[in-house]
Amino acid sequence: MSWPYKDLLGTRELSKEEILLILHTAESFKEISRRDIKKVPTLRGKTIITAFYEPSTRTRVSFEIAAKRLSADTISISGTTSSAVKGETLKDTGKNLESMRPDVIVIRHSMPGAPHILAKALASSIINGGDGAHEHPTQALLDLFTIREKKGGLDGLKVAIVGDIAHSRVARSNIFAMKKFDMDVTCCGPPTMIPPFLEDLGVNVEYKLDKALADKDVIMMLRIQKERGGVSVIPSVKEYAMLYSLKEEHLQKANNGVIIMHPGPMNRGIEISDAVADGPYSVILDQVENGVAVRMAILFLLLGGES
Amino acid sequence: MDRMEATVLLDEKAIERSISRITHHILEKNNGSGNLSLIGIRTRGVYLAKRIQEQIKAIEKKEIPVGILDITMYRDDVFKLKTPEVKKTEISFDVNNITIVLVDDVMHTGRTTRAAIDAIMDLGRPKRIQLAVLVDRGSREMPIHPDYRGIFHPATADQEIFVKLREVDGLDEVILTQSA
Repeated sequence: MSWPYKDLLGTRELSKEEILLILHTAESFKEISRRDIKKVPTLRGKTIITAFYEPSTRTRVSFEIAAKRLSADTISISGTTSSAVKGETLKDTGKNLESMRPDVIVIRHSMPGAPHILAKALASSIINGGDGAHEHPTQALLDLFTIREKKGGLDGLKVAIVGDIAHSRVARSNIFAMKKFDMDVTCCGPPTMIPPFLEDLGVNVEYKLDKALADKDVIMMLRIQKERGGVSVIPSVKEYAMLYSLKEEHLQKANNGVIIMHPGPMNRGIEISDAVADGPYSVILDQVENGVAVRMAILFLLLGGES
Repeated sequence: MDRMEATVLLDEKAIERSISRITHHILEKNNGSGNLSLIGIRTRGVYLAKRIQEQIKAIEKKEIPVGILDITMYRDDVFKLKTPEVKKTEISFDVNNITIVLVDDVMHTGRTTRAAIDAIMDLGRPKRIQLAVLVDRGSREMPIHPDYRGIFHPATADQEIFVKLREVDGLDEVILTQSA
């Protein structure tokens, strides 16, 4: 099958087959990062702009490394150093960037729907690198890649996603993607961090951590989204850590061979303890490694082939 | 699609004899199988490489390594393909300072071989790279020629040559089709 879209805006609109195509393609790209010469000529002559209007370490570096390993040229702009501070609208910035003929623009923005605005206005391919609390599709895809690699498959696995669900684009993109594989997803957090009508997405809601972790194959911990008001909905961070921090003793509730995931950045001692983050069940750094392969696959699928 | 006429160029026995001759030729030219590795180009080159490996094992009592190469990432027409599909490259041995025999089913323009050579050079610096193909159909667009070949059958642009191998296609056969 071929890739039918100009853009990658979310996991919601992807089919199971399309997600599998990305994961399958990423498997082939993973080996390149372990070579002595970490470069193939595939996207030679293509230009990729990363426009990040919100802070990022992993996602931006991951995209740039992915592009460079495919021989594409990358340029990065950030919110604070762009003309956005001089009052230029997002659409105008996009139109101006497009005049310089980039092939792909990766955008991260605090406004949900920002990538969709660019996708409609521009001929370049747009990749959503995170839009507000809406979606972060490449994170969810690298999470699925890591789960599949570690557990041998996806269908029917039991997952707990714990933390600030209401403000988390990672949770949303993962829920949309996981439900396509009939995964059993339980979201857990204090009631103020669980958005209303969450069950309508086909997930279970559990307010107690130990209950949420029972019989799970995958545990995904999320940080409190301070920049989106996450702290204001809980009495105190200290109390949150007492009730929702993942510690070693919790893991006994979960299934044998459970894997612990975190999209980063981690707040050690708040949502996750050192012993768990650095422990044998943690696949957190595998997620980061796989992120490069998954983003290589996405760039390849968006750019390779006749449009 | 137009009606296709098919002619059998090689049957099972003839394919077997071609692979046998190629194997002996490889061993003769390289003074045995020391320092030798095979790399099959996906998809059917891989199975041909494995058959050559088996024959070398029968003659030399030694199993030489076989690597698998997917050249999609190195193609010069990757943006023109309708459905570009990348598969895994699996070369677990060190390619530095060895003799590599690239194995492919059909040789045509030479572009696949060019891509394969580039792909191997990104993994290291082999001592030499040789090329073995089951069918050479001519019409080169690159200055590249096989060291070992089963048959040479010049084909015109409206003809297609298909190599079928039992591992993937259920039978051994090389056919030529002509769009009428």
